[in-house]
Amino acid sequence: MTKKVGICAVAQTTYERDKKDIRFQGMALEVLEALREQVEVKFARHVKGASGINMSISVSDDIFDARTISDNGMTDVLGAHFGCEEKVAQEGIQALYYGLAAILSGHNDMVLLLGHCKESQPRSRNMVTHVAFDPFFTRPVGLDFCAAAGLQAQAYAEKSGLTDEHLAKIVVRARENASKNPYTPKVQKVSAEAVMNSPMLADPIRELHAYPVSDGAVGMVLATEDIAKKICKNPVWITGVGNCMDSFFLGDRDLNSNFSLKKATERACKRAGITDPKAAFDVIEISDQYAYQLPMWAEGMGLCEEGAGAKWVDANGPENQNVNRSGGMLAGNPLILGGFVRAAEAAIQLRGEAGDRQVENAKTAIAHGVMGPAGQFHSVITLARD
Amino acid sequence: MKKNRNVGIIGVGQSVFSSHREDVNQPEMIHEAVKEALEHAGMTIDDVDCIVHGNMELFEMVHQPDLWHTLGSGAYGKETMRVTTGGTTGATLCCTADYLVSSGLHDVVLAIGFEKLQEGHTTGGITNMADPLWARQLQTGALTGMTAADVIAEFGEERAKKASMKYRIIMDKHAMNNKKAHRRLGLEFDQADDLMTSSPALVGELRMIHMCSQSDGACAMIFASEEKAKQFCKQPAWIKDHITVHREESFCIFGDDPVVYSHRYAAEKLYERNGINNPRKEIDMFEMYDPSSWWGLDWIRQFLLFDDDEHLRMVENDAITMDGDFPINPSGGVTASNPIGATAMVRVAEAALQIMGDAGDHQIKKDVKQALASGFGGTMWTVLFLLTKEVPW
Repeated sequence: MTKKVGICAVAQTTYERDKKDIRFQGMALEVLEALREQVEVKFARHVKGASGINMSISVSDDIFDARTISDNGMTDVLGAHFGCEEKVAQEGIQALYYGLAAILSGHNDMVLLLGHCKESQPRSRNMVTHVAFDPFFTRPVGLDFCAAAGLQAQAYAEKSGLTDEHLAKIVVRARENASKNPYTPKVQKVSAEAVMNSPMLADPIRELHAYPVSDGAVGMVLATEDIAKKICKNPVWITGVGNCMDSFFLGDRDLNSNFSLKKATERACKRAGITDPKAAFDVIEISDQYAYQLPMWAEGMGLCEEGAGAKWVDANGPENQNVNRSGGMLAGNPLILGGFVRAAEAAIQLRGEAGDRQVENAKTAIAHGVMGPAGQFHSVITLARD
Repeated sequence: MKKNRNVGIIGVGQSVFSSHREDVNQPEMIHEAVKEALEHAGMTIDDVDCIVHGNMELFEMVHQPDLWHTLGSGAYGKETMRVTTGGTTGATLCCTADYLVSSGLHDVVLAIGFEKLQEGHTTGGITNMADPLWARQLQTGALTGMTAADVIAEFGEERAKKASMKYRIIMDKHAMNNKKAHRRLGLEFDQADDLMTSSPALVGELRMIHMCSQSDGACAMIFASEEKAKQFCKQPAWIKDHITVHREESFCIFGDDPVVYSHRYAAEKLYERNGINNPRKEIDMFEMYDPSSWWGLDWIRQFLLFDDDEHLRMVENDAITMDGDFPINPSGGVTASNPIGATAMVRVAEAALQIMGDAGDHQIKKDVKQALASGFGGTMWTVLFLLTKEVPW
């Protein structure tokens, strides 16, 4: 990529089971106000000569929000009155990709990103992801993202030798890390035994292997290199982006292949000029919606050898390579914000503001988001600081 | 606005628009448009780097529909982006594709807008967009009679009703030349007086005949870098500029008086930064998102920045017909076809076809050097595109 785009501010709410005292606009406002404490946020409203934000990108989901055009109720919070507002209706990490494109295009010099979701609103997350399946062949079978993940987990466990003990170890570590993350205050530490005794959701996925239901919001301010250096003392640069879509029907795919994640990582690394992802990153944030995905996606991102995910867990790979110091998705973020929060956490690390979970002297990071049944769509972003 | 690099529209595909596309499912309907766009551009799907997709999920109740639609969109193995903004979605997807190409991240982007309104309840869906505590009880979906009342109050009942009905019949005559259009009713001007009283009333003087349809349909467009566009296409339609203007969810909480239309605001800013002093003269044709013939009539005024009755005169004097000096919606516009997630994209696509000279039976005779296309959505949101025949920068 020829020009640099910087993350100048990062903010998020806590992620909790049911924020029943606050509406989604209220969560978003909390984030906007926190962003405004970090940098001056003015809205230019296309006025000639005015500097400030002309474009706001929101992230939300019509079905989780049960509102057609879910960004409609967000215009005020996004400062979009007589300005531009667009909604990324995909994995939230795509908002960074889109903001990057909007700035590199020369059309915008400063962009606000703001994502929100209340997973507590629908009776069940599975009811939402169930309707992602086509109504003719796969919906009547009763599939949802959790059931699809179960099929993939079976296949992956068989290939890599991943056991119930490995999965328990991953969850114990995630919750240990989450206890140092002030944004996941309600996540309790657990013992390996408790994980292995938790009820089965979709064999081999147990209840404690699945990311908890949560409400929350996250946001960023992106700007051109010139503006970023002017308004922010420690901008984090977006060095690479890449994503990839796999085929839809599970039967058309090799669920073990990591096809789309490999391509997404390849594309991001190519744009960033990175040849060996294994050694390239000080901080790694992976969207592990289910425990088996931590080693599986790590393989796909080239962070460990192909087929060696279980051994990587045995050898404390996640700890040694600073994977998910935040607790990861297993500590709880809404589905559509998973990758966005990963990118936010990575940026917070590079800004040196991660408190108890800080990785010393972190300079480079990779963040990952995933959407769709059994990882149909992956999006990866690489970050660096000066 | 000067961009990093020029972007050209080189392919347009549209499915047939109809109230019931029961012969195809969603990916199949999308595939019709994608196939036609690729053929138009002389490309295969292998030439495409990235797929952009959008619609409104609650209309069909499919969560993250780009996942399933991969079967028809050609997204397998490619980079993708999904962006939605309500009624403006289709035009926003054109902005998205423009950003992705002009940024240098991609050389060729395929954008797809679609809706299969038959599979849901459109007015129920639109009503559901309003705030459940403050506004939902007042919501009437897309139906609003306020504009009709305003135009009648300002210009008198007879003149206003005649002009809006004439606008509607001109649009139908245009649609009769467009094989893809959903409603082609074969209306004649001598039916106007009868329709003004016999068409069922929806809200006040907004009658069924004035209102847009709810359609099934998909639109696909191919956007390319200057180099690729010139390689594949003799006459691309170039994107000179576009602007997006939204308004707050609840009207008037900022106390704007008189109410400033997002359409007028967008047009003012777009003309200002592109040095357009007299849009009526300097723009050759306009594809407008006209959800009803009352809005269509009134919005000519907003987009062309008139203060007097010139918008009525343009209709009365046939200036907006295909043979007029300022053709509006030679495609038949939104009152003819309205697959919502595609509708705003069809506006940009049809304006592009006019510049490319590929509009077929509804190609206007006038040479189109500069064209305007608008999207409308949400609570008065505007996306406005300026396309040119010459490479802009």
